[in-house]
Amino acid sequence: MSGPTPVYRYLASRIAGMLVVLAIVAVIVFVLTRAASGDPVSVLLGDQATADDIARVKKDYGLDKPLPVQFGYWLREVVQGNLGQSIFLQRPVTQALWERAEPTTLLALMAVAIAAVIGIPCGIVSAVFRGRWVDQLFTGVAMLGASIPSFWFGIVLIQLFAVSLGWFPVSGYGAPGAPITERLHALMLPAAVLGVLNSALIIRFTRASMLDVLGEDYVRTARSKGLPESSVVLKHALRNALVPIVTVLGLTVALMIGGAVVTETVFGLPGIGNLVVSAVLRRDYPVIQGALLVVAAIYVLINFSIDLLYVAVDPRVKL
Amino acid sequence: MSAPRLTVTSLSTCFPTEDGLVRSVADVSFSIAPGKTTALVGESGSGKSVTSLTLMRLLPKTARAQVEGQARFVTRAGREVDLLTLPDAQMRRLRGNELAMIFQEPMTSLNPVFTVGEQIAESVRLHKGLGRAAALAHAKRMLDLVEIPAAAQRLHEYPHQLSGGMRQRVMIALAMACDPTLLIADEPTTALDVTIQAQILVLMRRLQAETGMSILFITHNLGVVAHHADDVVVLYAGRVVEAAPVRPLFATPAHPYTQGLLACLPGKAHAAGQPRPKRLFAIRGQVSSPLSPPPGCAFEPRCDQAIPACSQAVPPLVVTDDLRQARCIRVPSVERTAA
Amino acid sequence: MRLPRLLRQLMHRRIVMLSALVLIVIAVLALGAPWFASADPNDTAVLDRLKGPSAEHLLGTDELGRDMYSRIVHGARYSLTIAALTALGSVIAGTVLGLVAGFFRRLDAPLMRVVDAMMSFPDILLAIALVAILGPSLLNVVLALVLVYTPRVARVVRASTLVVRELLFVEAVRALGVRTSRILWRHILPNLLSPILVQVSFIFAYAILAEAGLSFLGVGVPPEIPTWGTMVAGSQQYADKAFWVVLFPGLAIIFTALSLQILGDGVRDLLDPKLKKTL
Repeated sequence: MSGPTPVYRYLASRIAGMLVVLAIVAVIVFVLTRAASGDPVSVLLGDQATADDIARVKKDYGLDKPLPVQFGYWLREVVQGNLGQSIFLQRPVTQALWERAEPTTLLALMAVAIAAVIGIPCGIVSAVFRGRWVDQLFTGVAMLGASIPSFWFGIVLIQLFAVSLGWFPVSGYGAPGAPITERLHALMLPAAVLGVLNSALIIRFTRASMLDVLGEDYVRTARSKGLPESSVVLKHALRNALVPIVTVLGLTVALMIGGAVVTETVFGLPGIGNLVVSAVLRRDYPVIQGALLVVAAIYVLINFSIDLLYVAVDPRVKL
Repeated sequence: MSAPRLTVTSLSTCFPTEDGLVRSVADVSFSIAPGKTTALVGESGSGKSVTSLTLMRLLPKTARAQVEGQARFVTRAGREVDLLTLPDAQMRRLRGNELAMIFQEPMTSLNPVFTVGEQIAESVRLHKGLGRAAALAHAKRMLDLVEIPAAAQRLHEYPHQLSGGMRQRVMIALAMACDPTLLIADEPTTALDVTIQAQILVLMRRLQAETGMSILFITHNLGVVAHHADDVVVLYAGRVVEAAPVRPLFATPAHPYTQGLLACLPGKAHAAGQPRPKRLFAIRGQVSSPLSPPPGCAFEPRCDQAIPACSQAVPPLVVTDDLRQARCIRVPSVERTAA
Repeated sequence: MRLPRLLRQLMHRRIVMLSALVLIVIAVLALGAPWFASADPNDTAVLDRLKGPSAEHLLGTDELGRDMYSRIVHGARYSLTIAALTALGSVIAGTVLGLVAGFFRRLDAPLMRVVDAMMSFPDILLAIALVAILGPSLLNVVLALVLVYTPRVARVVRASTLVVRELLFVEAVRALGVRTSRILWRHILPNLLSPILVQVSFIFAYAILAEAGLSFLGVGVPPEIPTWGTMVAGSQQYADKAFWVVLFPGLAIIFTALSLQILGDGVRDLLDPKLKKTL
C-alpha cells in the first residue's frame, strides 16, 4: 500500500496544480497593471528617464517585442526576485514590501487568534444546543458581525478605548525603534476589530462543521459505549470537525495579508494593504504590481501548505 | 427457567413531525432469556431499528421522541432496572458495559481519527477502570476473540485500513470488550458480502455460547433468522404481528404477513418437498404511510385472506399456543384448518 | 410540547419577514427620496454644522451643516443601486460560468483554475486595483465588484450543477438526444434557483460593505457622490466631537446588510428542504 512513488506522484500533481494557478495569477497581475498604466517605460523608470535609460529598459524588458514575450521577461525578473523599483519610494518593491511585512503579519495572526478563541467555542455550543436560544443568539450575533463595516467598527472602538478611555494609542504602530511589546499593544485594537468581525465567519463555520460531524455514525457509536457527552463532543466529534475549521483559519490569515486594507488605514498602520492603496493613489505601478503578485502568491502557497498538512496529518489519506 | 434478561412491555415511540405524529413503534412487547437469541424481523419502516435505539436511549435529542412502556433489564448484579426511566448517568454506566450495540454500517461506525485499539481500549478504561497499557492488552485479546489475524498489528491501525468485514469484527470486539449480558445487533451483516455474513454470524453464535450473553438480533432477512435465532418477533408497521419460537414459526406461520415473508424465500418450497415455483412470490402492495395508517389491521390492504371485519379495528395480540402469539382476527380459524 | 416549537418556527419566520419588511422600507425610502427627505442633501448651512439630532434635523447635521437624515436617505439610492447592480451582474455572470464549468467536464478544470486564481486576491485589493484601472465612477465600481464576486457565485453554482447533474441522470437524457441547451435551460437551471437566490441576497450584502469600504478609502466612487461610505470618509475626523456623523451612516449599512443576510438565510432554509423533497 505505501511506498515512495505514490507520495511523489501526489506531491507532483499538487505542485503542478499550484503552479498553474500561480501562472494565471501572474497573467492577471501583468494584464491589470498594463491596463492601468499604459506606458510601461514610465512604470519602470518614472518621468526622470534619459534616452539611454529608456533604450536600456526597452532592451532588458523587451518592450519592443510582442506582449506575451514581455510577460516572459517580466516573469523571469520576478522569479529572480526582482519586482521592480517603486517610483515614489525610490526603493526596490521587494524592500518596500518587506518593511511592511511585520505589522501586517502580526496583525493577521493576532486577529485570527482572537477570531478562533471567540468563534470556535461559540460555534461548538451553538451546534450542541442546536435550535435552542443559545444557538439562535450566537447565530444572530454572527450575522450581525458579518454586517458591520470594519472601518465603522474601527472608528467606534477608537472612540471608546483610545480616545475616551485612553487604553490604547489612537493610531500608528509605535515610535520608530519601539520595543515589540509596544508594537503589539498598538496592534491590539485593530486586531480586536478584525478578530471580532471575522469571528462571525468562524462561529458559523464551526457550527456547520460540528453539526455535520455530530450526525455521523461514529458519534452514535461513541454514545453507545456509554461515554459522557462532553467526551463525545470534545474528543470524538471535535477532532474530526476541526479539520475544515483550521483550513478556514489558515486561509483567513492569508487573506488578511493585504486584505486588511481598511483596518490598516483606519489605524494608520504601515501595512501591505495600506501600501497598495497609497500606491494606487500615487500611480506607483511597480508597487501595485509587486504587491498584488506577492499577496496572491502567499494565499496560493498557504492554501497548498494546508493541503500538504492534511496529507501528513490525516490518517485516512493513503500514501 | 431463569428470569428473562430483558422484558419489554408495551413499548411505544412516537415522533412529532411537521406533518403530524409518526408512530414508529406501537405496543411492542417481547422478552429475551439469558443466553438466547431473539430475532426482531420486519421490513424497512417496520420500527425495528427505532425499537433498538429506544431501548439503548440513543435516539437523537432533536427527534423529540415520546416514549412509553417499560423495558425491564436484569443487571449482572441481579438488580432489575427500567431502561426507559433510568437516570442518564446510570444508563451511561450500562451502555457499552452490560448493554452493548453493534450497528448496520461498519464502514462509518468507527471514528476515522483514532486507532482501532484506542477505540476498544476507551470502552474498557471507562467501565473497568483499567490503565492505558492494560486496556490496550485487553483490546488485543478482544481482537483475537473476534478472530482478526495479526491482532497486535491491527491494534495500531486506523479503521480505513480494514475491510468491511474486519470493521464489523472490530465493532463486535468493541461491544464485547466489557463482557455484556445483552447484545443488540442492528442488521449487523446487511452491508457485508454474503460469505462474510456467514462468518460474522457464526462468530456471534460462538461468542454467545462462550459468554452466555443474550442477543437481540434485528434483521429483515428470514434466512438468517432460521439458523441463528431461538425466538422470533415479527414486526409490521410498528406493531408485533407474530411471536413464536423459531421452529414452530417456520413450520406453521400463523399471521398472513409471516406466511407471505416465508413464501418469499425461494428455497422454502423446494425444501418442503414441493416442486419449485415458477415465479418468485412477492407480497403485493406497499407498507402504508405511517402518517395515515389504515383504520383496522395495518396489513389488511395487502392481505389475501382479509375479511371485512379486518378493516374495522386493530386486532389484538392473542396467545394462540404455548409461547406463540399473533395479531390477526382470523388466526383461530387459520389454526383450525392447519390442524 | 408542540406549541413552543411551532412558536419558535413562527418566530424564526417572523424575523425573516421583519427583515424583508425593513428592506422594503429602505428601498421605498430610497426610491422616493425626494418625498421622504425633503431637505436638500447638498444644502450646506455652515452655521448649523455638527448639530446633534433634534426635531428639525432628525439625525443631526454633518460638518458642512447638511441634514444627516436627508443625506442618508439620498445616499441609500447610490449605495443600494451599486449593490443591486453588483448582485445582479455577478449572479448572472457567475451562473453562466458555473453552469458551463459544472456541465461540460472538459471546461471544468481550466475554468475553475481561473476562478481559483481570482479568489487568491483579497476582495478589497482586487476591487481597488480594478477601480484604479477603470477609473472612479459609479458604473466602474459596479463593474469592478462584479468581477470580484463572479468567481464566488461561479463556485457555488458549479457545485450545485454537479449535484443536480447526477440526480437527473443527465447522461441518460443526453443519450436520448435531447439538445444540451434544452437540458440546461429547462432541467438544470430551475433546480439552481434556490442557491442562486440565496447568493443574490448575500452578494448584495457584501457589495454594500465593499462599496462602503472602497468609498471610505477614497478609491471608490468620486467623493461628490453621497454614498454611505463617502459620508463616513468625509466626516471621520469629527467623530470625537460629533459622533452621529459616523454612527448613522454606519447603522444604515449594518441594518441593510443584516436584513439581507437574514433574508438570504431564511430563503435558504425555506427552499432547501423543499428542494431536497422534489429532487
